[in-house]
Amino acid sequence: MVPQATFTSYYGRPVVKASPWKSDIPAYLFLGGLAAGSSLLAAGADLRNLPELRRVARIAALAGVAAGGAALIHDLGRPARFLNMLRTAKPTSPMSMGTWILTAYGPMASLAGASELAGLLPWKLPIAGRLLSLGARPAGLVAALLAPALASYTGVLLSDTATPAWHGARRELPYIFVGSAAAAAGGLAMCCAGLEQAAPARRMAVGGAVVALAMEQRMEQSLGLSAETLHSGKARTLMAANRALTAGGAVGTIALGGRNRVAARAAGAALLAGSVCARFAIFEAGQLSARDPRYTVIPQRERVDRTTALDAGRS
Amino acid sequence: MQRWSSAPDPATDTGWRDTPARKGFFTDSSICIGCKACEVACKEWNGIPEDGLEMLGMSYDNTGALGASTWRHVAFIEQPRRPTGGGGFTPLPMVAATSDQNSPASAAETGIRWLMSSDVCKHCTHAACLDVCPTGSLMRTEFGTVVVQDDICNGCGYCIPACPFGVIDRRDGPAGARNVGIAQKCTLCYDRLGEGMTPACAQACPTKSILYGDLEELRITAQHRVEELHTAGVADARLYLADPNDGIGGAGAFFLLLDDPEVYGLPPDPVVTTRDLPAMWRTAAIAGAILLAGAAAAFVRARP
Repeated sequence: MVPQATFTSYYGRPVVKASPWKSDIPAYLFLGGLAAGSSLLAAGADLRNLPELRRVARIAALAGVAAGGAALIHDLGRPARFLNMLRTAKPTSPMSMGTWILTAYGPMASLAGASELAGLLPWKLPIAGRLLSLGARPAGLVAALLAPALASYTGVLLSDTATPAWHGARRELPYIFVGSAAAAAGGLAMCCAGLEQAAPARRMAVGGAVVALAMEQRMEQSLGLSAETLHSGKARTLMAANRALTAGGAVGTIALGGRNRVAARAAGAALLAGSVCARFAIFEAGQLSARDPRYTVIPQRERVDRTTALDAGRS
Repeated sequence: MQRWSSAPDPATDTGWRDTPARKGFFTDSSICIGCKACEVACKEWNGIPEDGLEMLGMSYDNTGALGASTWRHVAFIEQPRRPTGGGGFTPLPMVAATSDQNSPASAAETGIRWLMSSDVCKHCTHAACLDVCPTGSLMRTEFGTVVVQDDICNGCGYCIPACPFGVIDRRDGPAGARNVGIAQKCTLCYDRLGEGMTPACAQACPTKSILYGDLEELRITAQHRVEELHTAGVADARLYLADPNDGIGGAGAFFLLLDDPEVYGLPPDPVVTTRDLPAMWRTAAIAGAILLAGAAAAFVRARP
């Protein structure tokens, strides 16, 4: 359908409000995804006896969930009240569900990560070290089972709003976010682990990059009018950077990722940066789509006019 | 088109027992004179801090929009009168009273139709803000209204992009004011309702443009009013959010408007975002399963 050239608004003012979220939230989207993908890699490495990959991925998951959690609390209007999130569990609130996913996942990923950090210490921790190494495998496996929920719920978190570019992308965002999570986690492991052990990380990274890029393409179709916001303002640069870095990183991984350590690091870094750009691009596009009334008014007006025309046709 | 079914009584639906009749507002913009008594009464009764005194260049509207510290907002639109229809012309009394040969041009002569309407939280039957609130701070009262519990909200801000009307917002100042950092909006004067009193805005409205009462009765009153206006030739008059079968299940606060909703800054066909939530959770579950399967597949050929 051809978008209307003109529409009516109240002095060009927004109809819906943009989220009050600052860069903490897109940063969390990235960090949470990185942690989730890393926990999956770590569990696979643990079961397949790839200790170097396991160590890198467990530490990445710990760092991701710790920094992501801190970003979430920092973004609150009243950070001291963050525990109020645990007053209730509401399936109608993706943020409530996400809080519980994080509450279950965080300690598990942290325990597994802490055991790897303890192993890096120049001295041995007497009792704590034993407990950590005993708990690391079960904790890491539980974290990996929770990781898919952590990576995908954030798509619902954004979609479950009146923000046109987020709600309009509800059929794609969870796929984009799990793909982005896999690409980021694989990319980080490629940066930090040796070529031989990083083979599963390369496969995960390429798979994630393909899913993310394909679903971003589908999102452009689904969004209709508000797809414009992906090509305006900050989102435009970020989306272009995301595409170039993610595609370039994936190609580099396939071509040279298994042979050349420098190329593997460069490709891994490109995939990581691509994931960051994807999260910030989608965040910014949503904010813009809320601030400009055209993305709220025009699709709704078209819907009303269609219904009116149908009703008129029937009577 | 798929319509969202309505809960007959949101208070009972939430778990309240022996509730009073659902309360609401009917704002009849055809008799609004733009005095802003509702804005002032709301600020005074609720102790809301000042939130900007700029000139906005929007007719007589220097309030701008609903927000954390603006719970009633009167919209002003100075519209060229259209050649057809032309109804709903709202002369300001002081202009009409001085309209003679020597006075400045009267409103009728200027060819301007002046629309005014007092906007407020809609207290939706299906309230997205309440659905998405992760702390349970936003709650449904026994009157069927939607209220923020100030001592629970942690300012996560999720309700703000969830609202299809852009009503609720996080109070960001001034420093030292009450409830800075948390979400704020109209409470339909919950404290006054508990005492059997009328909300401050409706109490202060000098033309009864803002009517408060039992929602069922208000809907009947509104239907009569819109028929009366149609009979009088005001073809533009229409009810907004009075239909329990609309995308939000009907509003607790609904309106009689004289033009399309978007002219007043209102969405023409709002739909509660959580209507699509079950499908969104299914998509997320499939995406998560694909991630898990993909990660497993990445290790199939892995050898230590």
